Amino acid sequence: MTGTVNEEDASIAKYLRQDRMPHIWCSGCGIGPVLGCFLRAIDRAEIDPDKLAVISGIGCTGRVAGYVKLDSFHTTHGRAIPFATGLKLANPELKVVVFSGDGDLVAIGGNHLIHAARRNIDMTVICVNNFNYGMTGGQVGPTAPFEARTTTTPYGNFEFPFNLPYLTCASGASYVARWTVLHIRQLDTAIAEALTKPGFSFIEVIAPCPPVYGRMNKEPEGTDSLHYYQERSVVRNGADPKDADIDLNGPIVVGKFVDRQRPTLWDNLNQVVSKAKERATAKAKV
Amino acid sequence: MTEKQGLVGEFFINGDVACAEGAISAGCRFFAGYPITPATETAERMSLRLPQVDGVYIQMEDEIASMNAVLGASWAGVKAMTTTSGPGFSLMMENLGLGVMLETPCVLVNIQRAGPSTGLPTLAGQQDMMQARWGSHGSYEIIALSPSSPQEIFDLTITAFDLSEKYRVPVLVMSDEVVGHMSEKVVMRQVAPESLITRRRPEVEPEEYLPYGTDSSLIPPMAVAGEGYRFHVTGLTHDERGYPVMTAEAQDRLIRRLVDKIRLNKADIIRYKEIQVEDADVIVCAYGITTRIAQFAVKLARDKGIRAGLLQLITIWPFAEEHIRELSSQAKAFVVPEINYGQIVLEVERCAGDRARAILVPHMGGGVHSPEAILEAIQEAAR
Amino acid sequence: MKLWRKPFDYADKATARGHVYIDNDRCKGCGYCVEFCPREVLKMGTELSPKGYNLAFVEDEDKCLACGFCEVICPEFAITVSTDGNDNRAS
Repeated sequence: MTGTVNEEDASIAKYLRQDRMPHIWCSGCGIGPVLGCFLRAIDRAEIDPDKLAVISGIGCTGRVAGYVKLDSFHTTHGRAIPFATGLKLANPELKVVVFSGDGDLVAIGGNHLIHAARRNIDMTVICVNNFNYGMTGGQVGPTAPFEARTTTTPYGNFEFPFNLPYLTCASGASYVARWTVLHIRQLDTAIAEALTKPGFSFIEVIAPCPPVYGRMNKEPEGTDSLHYYQERSVVRNGADPKDADIDLNGPIVVGKFVDRQRPTLWDNLNQVVSKAKERATAKAKV
Repeated sequence: MTEKQGLVGEFFINGDVACAEGAISAGCRFFAGYPITPATETAERMSLRLPQVDGVYIQMEDEIASMNAVLGASWAGVKAMTTTSGPGFSLMMENLGLGVMLETPCVLVNIQRAGPSTGLPTLAGQQDMMQARWGSHGSYEIIALSPSSPQEIFDLTITAFDLSEKYRVPVLVMSDEVVGHMSEKVVMRQVAPESLITRRRPEVEPEEYLPYGTDSSLIPPMAVAGEGYRFHVTGLTHDERGYPVMTAEAQDRLIRRLVDKIRLNKADIIRYKEIQVEDADVIVCAYGITTRIAQFAVKLARDKGIRAGLLQLITIWPFAEEHIRELSSQAKAFVVPEINYGQIVLEVERCAGDRARAILVPHMGGGVHSPEAILEAIQEAAR
Repeated sequence: MKLWRKPFDYADKATARGHVYIDNDRCKGCGYCVEFCPREVLKMGTELSPKGYNLAFVEDEDKCLACGFCEVICPEFAITVSTDGNDNRAS
């Protein structure tokens, strides 16, 4: 039966700003499915939605903040992570989720990404990686594969891309996973895990960008991109992130790469400050 | 050791430290910054004091991150501040604009040094005054205060927090290296938390709350994250719901309100001090550390029989246009000493029109004026 | 697949049947639901949405097992799948 959607049935409908639907993303855009996973993960991970804050940057993925019926902040390009850092440190009870794209988080925001991972601040970063700057028309980004065609690499990309799992793992993230939009069920689990895990969680989601990146790289339809993921992706949970490079001719290694325990920024801050307070009280007693 | 409120008493401290203490007295419990000469001591003091008052200090990876963390903390309901100098001030500009657009109360202190670029890191300048007004892109209005002593920076930092909370706008404290690094007696008064201004809270239920819906005050009540208001705010041009609206009409409504909420309240925001201005022919219009040298120059001029007066601008932005206009019909000239090659003098000139001259006494930076240089200009003006 | 005998709990288990609803105002004709439905329940049609996209439609709902993949993969939040717990074997 085709007709109007019955909204009471959809558990995620309560987290969507229905007055802003349909959203602006293109036909076949990967951001929608990822957003759906995130919204399902809220209940799955039993997060209090009133304490959940979504912070995004600029770009297509950055528009996510505007569609969620949660406290949400659409900030400046590359700066979602420090903004989220301020929110979290000022109110540690908040659950902060940064939802942004590869250009925003890794190019202009790259410095903030590695420092947040280094600090292991309790935050979940969902990086939708479509290998280009989609909103501005498809320019090359720091995750575009070598030799990929984009509007600013008409002869092919002459730079090596970042290996995001490797980068974030090396910087100190507690949880690192990569999935594609096609691995939507695994992504559901991954986001729920990341939300409940203390520390810095980073999930990279390889997503189609049909009218721009896809069209320029032999994936003119979104279904072409999803079939490409189907053929090329290899699930290797626990793989060494250094083997997760993406290349136009190679496999896309997906899975949960890092899941470790490290004290969070707040743990460390509290530890250092309480020790200092104890010393001071002890001194005062003398 | 734990003192949950600000220090009270008389202290012999430098301006940077006084600024930090002023912030704590004002209820600031979050600082995110980056070391930069000559503002570093404020960060160091905050790193020591904030844990003592159950606040949070974090040193971010750069000034851009610092400004953003301050905005984030403010949106979590905590009074937040950062300090910097010229090069960091430039880096913070884009996100100062975000603060203006989101209407985020916070304080940004610039302990100015000589520039441009790396300039003279350890020496005075007053060279970012126009940048304070126009540094970020877009059409907006900002509040900037200028202290001339460690005592004043303590007091004005408290005022800055009050103004930023009242008007939901970032407030700049434009100090300079001399005030920052000079040590003087600072009397820290008891500041009762009830006497401080805090952002107006929403009075409606979350379902009815409009993040940018206002009454005639033009200042929207502010919900913060984690209270169930489920609001959305964006740096894009937006409407009362906080949703992006990409039209000229929405832009017109928004910009007019963001600017008017400051402009229409100039009487509350503009502060200045006057010494012997009532009968003055020549008015020295100074701000920051230069005020103190100017004060002495005015005394020297009076000793020589010149009817000179001193107008200390405490609020630099919005500029005291009406007052300068008023004084320009009384005085024959304004002498504007500044540690730059002419910034605030342009405003004085604009407001004085052709009723009075505006004479710049520049100092390129790296030191302060000598009283004689200002006296010479007063004498020239009096002729 | 052909079973050489019926599972012992055959009588106790019922396969879910799904009802698929597609919001025509939201569908942008990307084809993900059609392409990846494991039972070929959905097809791309020639009918256009108010915005001019080719709409996907439910061709054979009887085959639907309510796996929900179309619902989660749809980028537009246009699809809802609901179940009523019917025993598929009844038909």
